[in-house]
Amino acid sequence: MLIFEQSRTGRVNTAQQPTTVDSRSNIPNEFLRTDKPLLPEVSEMQAVRHYTRLSTKNFSIDTHFYPLGSCTMKYNPRGCNTLSMLPGFLNRHPDSPANMSQGFLSCMYDLQEILKDVTGMKEVSLSPMAGAQGEFAGVAMIRAYHDAQNGGKGDPARTEILVPDAAHGTNPATATMCNFKVREIPTNKDGDVDIEALKAAVGPHTAGIMLTNPSTLGVFERKIKEIADIVHKAGGLLYYDGANLNAILGKVKPGDMGFDVIHMNLHKTFSTPHGGGGPGAGPVGVSSRLIPFLPVPMVTKVDNEYQLVTQKNIPTSIGRLSAFMGNAGVLLRAYIYARLLGKEGMHRVAEYATLNANYMMKKLEKAGFQLAFANRKATHEFIVTLKKQAKELNVSAMDFAKRLLDYGYHAPTTYFPLLVPECFLIEPTETETQDELDGFIDAMIAIQKEAETDADKVKGAPYTLPVRRLDDVKAAKELDLTWNFKKK
Amino acid sequence: MPFIPHTEEDVKSMLATIGVNSIDDLFDEIPAELRSEGLTKVPKGVSEMEISRIMHARAEQDSRALCFAGAGAYEHHIPAAVWEITTRGEFYSAYTPYQAEASQGTLQLLYEYQTMMASLTGMDVSNASLYDGASALAEAVLMAVRANRKSKSKRILMPRTVHPNYRKVAHNIVKGQGITLEELDFDMQGGHINPDSLPKDPGDFTALVIPQPNYFGVLEDIDALTNWAHEHNALVIAVVNPTSLALLKAPGSWGNEGADITCGEGQPLGAPLSSGGPYFGFMACREQFVRQMPGRIIGRTVDLDGKEGFALTLQAREQHIRRSKATSNICTNQGLLVTAATIYMALVGPDGLAKVAQSSHANTQNLISKLEATGNASRLFNRPVFHESLMKFEIQTDELMNAMSAQRILPGVIISDDYPELGNVMLVCATETKSEEDLQTYADLLAEMTKNSESSKSPSKSSMA
Repeated sequence: MLIFEQSRTGRVNTAQQPTTVDSRSNIPNEFLRTDKPLLPEVSEMQAVRHYTRLSTKNFSIDTHFYPLGSCTMKYNPRGCNTLSMLPGFLNRHPDSPANMSQGFLSCMYDLQEILKDVTGMKEVSLSPMAGAQGEFAGVAMIRAYHDAQNGGKGDPARTEILVPDAAHGTNPATATMCNFKVREIPTNKDGDVDIEALKAAVGPHTAGIMLTNPSTLGVFERKIKEIADIVHKAGGLLYYDGANLNAILGKVKPGDMGFDVIHMNLHKTFSTPHGGGGPGAGPVGVSSRLIPFLPVPMVTKVDNEYQLVTQKNIPTSIGRLSAFMGNAGVLLRAYIYARLLGKEGMHRVAEYATLNANYMMKKLEKAGFQLAFANRKATHEFIVTLKKQAKELNVSAMDFAKRLLDYGYHAPTTYFPLLVPECFLIEPTETETQDELDGFIDAMIAIQKEAETDADKVKGAPYTLPVRRLDDVKAAKELDLTWNFKKK
Repeated sequence: MPFIPHTEEDVKSMLATIGVNSIDDLFDEIPAELRSEGLTKVPKGVSEMEISRIMHARAEQDSRALCFAGAGAYEHHIPAAVWEITTRGEFYSAYTPYQAEASQGTLQLLYEYQTMMASLTGMDVSNASLYDGASALAEAVLMAVRANRKSKSKRILMPRTVHPNYRKVAHNIVKGQGITLEELDFDMQGGHINPDSLPKDPGDFTALVIPQPNYFGVLEDIDALTNWAHEHNALVIAVVNPTSLALLKAPGSWGNEGADITCGEGQPLGAPLSSGGPYFGFMACREQFVRQMPGRIIGRTVDLDGKEGFALTLQAREQHIRRSKATSNICTNQGLLVTAATIYMALVGPDGLAKVAQSSHANTQNLISKLEATGNASRLFNRPVFHESLMKFEIQTDELMNAMSAQRILPGVIISDDYPELGNVMLVCATETKSEEDLQTYADLLAEMTKNSESSKSPSKSSMA
């Protein structure tokens, strides 16, 4: 039942209203609203009960194993939430002067330093509000860099961004937003970038390349140094999509691989909550040549006072990308997480995430599942292809995914990367126990048996969730986007 | 090992299953020269108790401020239930609802949110949110260029009464796509866009942005501006404060036909000030433009048994399907903030929101009177305002800021970097959270400071003047 269906006209929740309201107004009638907006009129308890009940219809990390590849669904420590929500942090206005902001700014400064260290980049700006905005900042900096060449006359021939065909959809979408043409580079059968194709593609038109390493195929790009040399020699820059940073945290620094700019997804690697789809945080780090273009604001320390760095201080900056300084509360959570891990904890993240992934991969292979890259080691994630099941049993990856929900496991990422048919991209993360991984593998084996003996059972799943499979076609064709949508 | 559950026995048995001797062997595909030498700036790990002490101390440094600043971020009362429920693990630690059957809680909540926002803005449809108000305006500009097929110019008229940071963000995000944002200047008496001063022959333009209230708190002539834009075949992008919409005319009712796209900052609906984020941007539009709208959209549908359910819809617009041809590169919305906003709106209801809006309006009027009564401050503009006003001070605003912030009072926001021509002014705001005593404290301090500064005219002051 929707909250609106529980509403009664005239029901008022007075504890949540100012007690005395001065009714004086100097707003002329022409500016005023005459109808009442459709907000629920419910008691506090009704609202609390309704949304608490809704929450129980979700899978979440706190309730279920959630091996969603490329999303790094690791445990979100509660302490990070509690401490980021102390009143001093929650009540600080973004335009507060430095003398009312030293606590907050010191955390931001320290976080910049930590991220510089773990990525091997020269400077970091925290302000992008999500991975996709970090990508935008990165590619905009690449554009600004080329525009500043030749004594400011620019290098207008550089119109193309190279993107491997396995890349996240955001990479080409971002390049387009920055007015670059996108050229796809094929991947070879082992999951590495096709070096010969890359050599053929680069030239004076190359602005840069966007790479994820480990790639979205769950393998480490072994020829990364060679790729960096090829692109740099052609005059292009290297962009690192930090989606998979969890796999190499503290073990390999993107700066050492030759990247010029990187975005990090703090909601993945630094364990800030995914929140049902945001907020994220997508700080960017750069090599020396891109420092003049970093987005503002940043935080600096002058004579022991922390201060904001704005466009006034860096006129060449690509500017600001948010009204204030990005998702500050998310950044605080990431900072607390980084301090809890400490320098000795960072590389353990990569190690145990990799251990868990390789363990699952091996056990699934032994159970008869086909791996996309059987001769490679898994990184923090790996790919199983269910194309045999789809062909022989007519049971698709989507059917397996839905049936897993009945077994109490969130499905892995399905049908991404697009290169591998009927695929599952599985990322267990370092925070799961061996027992949990075994439980998932047992579920996969059980579903395989069901697929062989009673395929319709798998194809009809799920059965035990609040709803069964939904009619997506109807949702898109007969749009119903608000309550009473068609009655208006 | 924080948050890693493995025992030595676990590791041994897992390595045996994999068939390697050590965890390090799992990294043997990474070229040796790339292995990190170790971290130098990351401090040693601490326990939750220790970090708790550190964070309490730092939060304390910024605590107990009395805030009269607005300028795009507003302090409102947030019912305790809002964040108690929002931070339940089932909302807090879930991902984007791709597996609809396992995400009905988030999906239904987003559908309810879309309904509330569509009604509040008077538009047909709402998306499930964007990053913040500034980036929502940037996305609205991109959307207008896609949606207005009559216009070829990619020219957007952007009044200088729009929040300067929103204008900067919009510029930074859209400039790569050949879109120009052309400024419209404001009336120096009213602090608004004077419809009489609009160009008679503006040429082809794609959209006019109309803020209500505008950055100065001032109410714009929305009806005249909307009609003017529509007469020239341009779309209207409304940038509004959601709290104000409980009192003020909804963009869907502006002028003869209403605004086409409405966007704004959702923070006043249940998100704390929190140093500027996370907040959320909202966006709503006419039904005919829904396929041009960026971000997640939730639809109601049925399952195999005909039972009501909710799912992401119109995904063909999005980057994970369209790649380089997507309407935007946006992936996330600000799900958790929308969760808070939806619960906030349910808890306060239509009457509560109207009272918050009215109380904020009245408090600001009251603050203006008290400041003016000191004889040392006056309103710069003569038009009505919602809950914020630009005040001209006799004393230098920098001095006022320094002296008051030393007493943990934030007297407003200095905007001279963006509007040097307006002189010695500050944008002040008093929401429903301010008591009569709070307002009096501000006025008394101002009076006292002015007295002190008159009795000792410092050379530094005259050099700054």
